[in-house]
Amino acid sequence: MDLLWQGIKEAIRLLLGGDPEVFAIVLLSLRVSLIATATSLILGVPTGMALALSRFGGRRFLISLVNVGMGIPPVVVGLMVAILLWRSGPLGFLGIMYSPLAIIIAQTLIAFPIVTGLTLAAVQQLNPKVRLQILALGASRWQMLWILAREARLSILAAAMAGFGGVISEVGASMMVGGNILGQTRVLTTATVLETSKGNFDVALALSTILFALAYTITLALTVVQQREKAP
Amino acid sequence: MTPAALRIESVEMRYGQKTILRIPHLSIAEGEILAVIGPNGAGKSTLLQILGLLQRPSDGRVFFDGQEITGCSDLVALRRRLASVFQEPLLFHGTVLDNVALGLRLRGTPKNEIKRRVEPWLGKLNISHLAGRSIAKLSFGEAQRVNLARSLVLNPEVFLLDEPFASLDPPTQASMAEELQNILAETKTTTVFVTQNRAEALMFSDRLAVVIDGQIAQLDRPQDVFSHPANEDVAAFLGVETIVEGRVLSSAEGLSRVALARHEILVTGTYPLEQEMLFCLRPEDITLLLPNARAALGLNANVIRGTITRIRPLETQLKVVVGCSFSVTVLVSKQAFIDLSLARGKQVLLTFKPSAVHVIPKRLSHER
Repeated sequence: MDLLWQGIKEAIRLLLGGDPEVFAIVLLSLRVSLIATATSLILGVPTGMALALSRFGGRRFLISLVNVGMGIPPVVVGLMVAILLWRSGPLGFLGIMYSPLAIIIAQTLIAFPIVTGLTLAAVQQLNPKVRLQILALGASRWQMLWILAREARLSILAAAMAGFGGVISEVGASMMVGGNILGQTRVLTTATVLETSKGNFDVALALSTILFALAYTITLALTVVQQREKAP
Repeated sequence: MTPAALRIESVEMRYGQKTILRIPHLSIAEGEILAVIGPNGAGKSTLLQILGLLQRPSDGRVFFDGQEITGCSDLVALRRRLASVFQEPLLFHGTVLDNVALGLRLRGTPKNEIKRRVEPWLGKLNISHLAGRSIAKLSFGEAQRVNLARSLVLNPEVFLLDEPFASLDPPTQASMAEELQNILAETKTTTVFVTQNRAEALMFSDRLAVVIDGQIAQLDRPQDVFSHPANEDVAAFLGVETIVEGRVLSSAEGLSRVALARHEILVTGTYPLEQEMLFCLRPEDITLLLPNARAALGLNANVIRGTITRIRPLETQLKVVVGCSFSVTVLVSKQAFIDLSLARGKQVLLTFKPSAVHVIPKRLSHER
């Protein structure tokens, strides 16, 4: 219990004391995960809608891939991205291994199937007649997609929360493609792992408390938006 | 003859192996109101969606305003000249005003014009006071008014309604049907209108199509369809509950003597002798009496004795099934039910006018 208490006190001290190192880690974590979530929304929402609304050969196979992707371990994604970005790998010439961009790419790949899968489910759940009704009102294809996305917005918000929750808390991929370099690619999760392995439980606890608080605050903000929308 | 606003030729709709709609020809004239009735799952809604350019048929050709649209890749411009209203009010996130204005907004109508066009329809459908209200706070009846307003405001050339009042309570249903009838009389919009309500169909339409099993079983003026159903299925759907096979024994001076099982009755009309025909009786055309009334009323023709086998309460009346050598369904008022102290197993008499019997040719077995 003492350890926990120490950790919380240390966390408060680190936060309120404005420790520049911790501050940088928090900022980087937030920046990386928010960009990755936003990118996965930009790519995943249209993909999910397209999969929900179109009929083509191989559609079921793609949907099964998305569903598998929703549960894929971040370490596996990290490994794949690492192989791609490795200096002698196919995309090695980009020289972005061990950079925040590499983490963003890995996290986007982790969040993308989550956002796609949840959007797909949300749009499929809409009454099929809604589509006919939108067309009957004279909507063009793009207008219809826009209205459908608006109708599914609560579920898309949930997809955003799930995606963000998935990537802010993920450690394996960030470690593998980021390298946990202090001041460059060290994020909250990788720093927590490092401090724990060094036996610095108070710092590790402080970092995970911050991580928890961050994840909670952002999810709470989205929940408030979602529930305010829903309440009549 | 006014030009056809909508026409379909040799249209077929298939889902997998199953053909759910097959219509060789149907045309709807400009300004005409066509009612479509039929049992659930008969293909009425599919027909309406094909006419509304919302679904492409598996086969066949669809014409709108003289133009064939079957091969058209961009239907948006054509669709914007029609409006469809579905059974459920599928409203979208936002206020009543947002929803009523949506179709105009999709067409890029300027804001001030949207306002000018939306307001009168809010008034006509009695929803002006709800304009700013979120759709989440509407009652079902209010939502359906918004649904109608949303389509009417588009001032469509063709109006397609899929059981728009079916899920409303009966009084609201009646008042909305009346309102819509007035609006259509005023706008003279070509209308196709699917309903399960026989009275609505009779009251509302210029022509009535009965769709059964994916085909148009009869298409005629509504009064003709009701008085002369084309076959047994149409008759049954239109509320003829008693259909009995019989044989004409003699026929003279517009009156025929007919053998129905062990009974003999008189029927208006002249028919070929010794031919098997179907004789239809509507429940509301039959009078139910107690056996002792026969002498008192001096009845001798078209009186059938039987036993009550089933009694089913309806909203304002009771449906009584009487077994004789066949089964006859009669409607009885609540008062009559009490006065005659009807009960299962009771002996009663049934009587009806010779003109109440409708005769249809018996379908040969291979026609089914």
